[in-house]
Amino acid sequence: MNGGKTFNWLGWLVLAILLSLWEYGARASPKLQFYIPPVSQILTALGQLFASGQVAGHLLSTLSRFLEGYVIAALLAVSLGILLGHFRFAYSLLETLIEFLRPMPSVAIIPVAVLTLGIGDAMIVAVTVYASLWPILVNTIDGVRNIEPTLIDTARTFGLRGWAILWRVILPGAAPYIVTGLRISLSIALILVTTAEMIAGSRGLGFFILDQERSFDSGNMYAGIIVVAALGYGLNRLFLALEGKALGWRRGMLARESV
Amino acid sequence: MPILEVENLSKSYRQLGGESTLAIGNVTCRVEAGEFVSFVGPSGCGKTTLLMTIAGLIEPTSGRVTVKGKEVKGPPPNLVLVFQEYNKSLFAWRTILGNVRFGLEARGDGSQGADAKTRELIDIVGLKGFEKHYPWELSGGMQQRVAIARALAYEPEVLLMDEPFGSLDALTRLELEDTLLRVWAELKTTILFITHDIEEAIYLSDRVWVLSRRPSQIIQELLVEFPRPRNQLATRAEARFMAMRNEIYRQIGHAP
Repeated sequence: MNGGKTFNWLGWLVLAILLSLWEYGARASPKLQFYIPPVSQILTALGQLFASGQVAGHLLSTLSRFLEGYVIAALLAVSLGILLGHFRFAYSLLETLIEFLRPMPSVAIIPVAVLTLGIGDAMIVAVTVYASLWPILVNTIDGVRNIEPTLIDTARTFGLRGWAILWRVILPGAAPYIVTGLRISLSIALILVTTAEMIAGSRGLGFFILDQERSFDSGNMYAGIIVVAALGYGLNRLFLALEGKALGWRRGMLARESV
Repeated sequence: MPILEVENLSKSYRQLGGESTLAIGNVTCRVEAGEFVSFVGPSGCGKTTLLMTIAGLIEPTSGRVTVKGKEVKGPPPNLVLVFQEYNKSLFAWRTILGNVRFGLEARGDGSQGADAKTRELIDIVGLKGFEKHYPWELSGGMQQRVAIARALAYEPEVLLMDEPFGSLDALTRLELEDTLLRVWAELKTTILFITHDIEEAIYLSDRVWVLSRRPSQIIQELLVEFPRPRNQLATRAEARFMAMRNEIYRQIGHAP
């Protein structure tokens, strides 16, 4: 993986070449232009959308639904994961259920959510929570189970009990696993928000993209796709930056192990 | 009054088949405040189980342990155990400073002086300059120094040590033995040490208890009266040292 220290010129060059091919290909064929407008046209549409403030509201809806769903999922899954990782009996009660629900494509739950919660924010947030729950839950359970028993004994001999052991040993010890789950769920949450908005929304980037497609405004449609892509990219970069801060102790350790 | 008393302690484990095996036979012993006492015994004789039971991490099957007259039920507040596996017992997410400071935090010292105290202990165990390093960046010997400093930061009245130098190379081991003796003399704590290294037990201790094979029992007590501070070359070269070593060796070799 690129450590982010050196700028990846070649990678950007490849992207630039592909975009120019797109630009010239689209310009060469007016028929094609209706479905795939030239890049320059898409960028112009994007600029106008921002200038007119047309897209900002949609972006904000998507972002706030995403944040709400993701944060709720993280809190729920980490708490439940610690519980299930720690108490074997609780895990054995729920294991089969988890193994059945987890592999199911989460978008399949959207009709159920529409039926029970109607169309609106509650439904979109609910399906986002549901879908982002699993990776965090499963990784947290793994993380708690993989904590070195000697670490727990160390905490105990230093007089720590219950909550103190949870905060000072179990949580930081399981953190690398939990963060892996959080990273996977980050993209899942965005997928679910966008999809749910397409199916049953009147605001949000998912709704906007589909709405523009239905109005045959392919320039705006692509512009919407770019906005949602940029949102995903930005959230991912933000996540990596926070992860680097929180798990900085681990990077050197892993680098040495892989030598 | 002895600081630590072990009375008729025994521990048996139930195995998968339902049969129970006896790990600790019937151990009775007393440690006086300020003493350095060692258990020495063959590998797999149940030494670790014995120490974990004394530390209140494992419940005894029968008998009891008292620290300063109070019966041990769960880890007692004035006692701490240093594990053999330093790499599994240090907090990988804390720096050396953070690991040692844990000892102070654990007894509720979050004072302004905590930082200075932590640095002083790091200096005492010879790790000055490594405060900001993480455990994985240090050698095994240095990691065990961190674990010892962390235990000392807790200011325990009794320090239990489970083969702390067992997985270190011979030279590092000698060096750490002397560090430990220096720190013990300076801080005047009580140490109960476990090792399978007969010479190490004699070199460090005021008294040595020889343990039998499973189920472990004390089969002999030896008083070690070499003057302190001891010297790795001179002390070990004394005729009495070698006689004692041979005596223990025979005891362990003939143990049932």
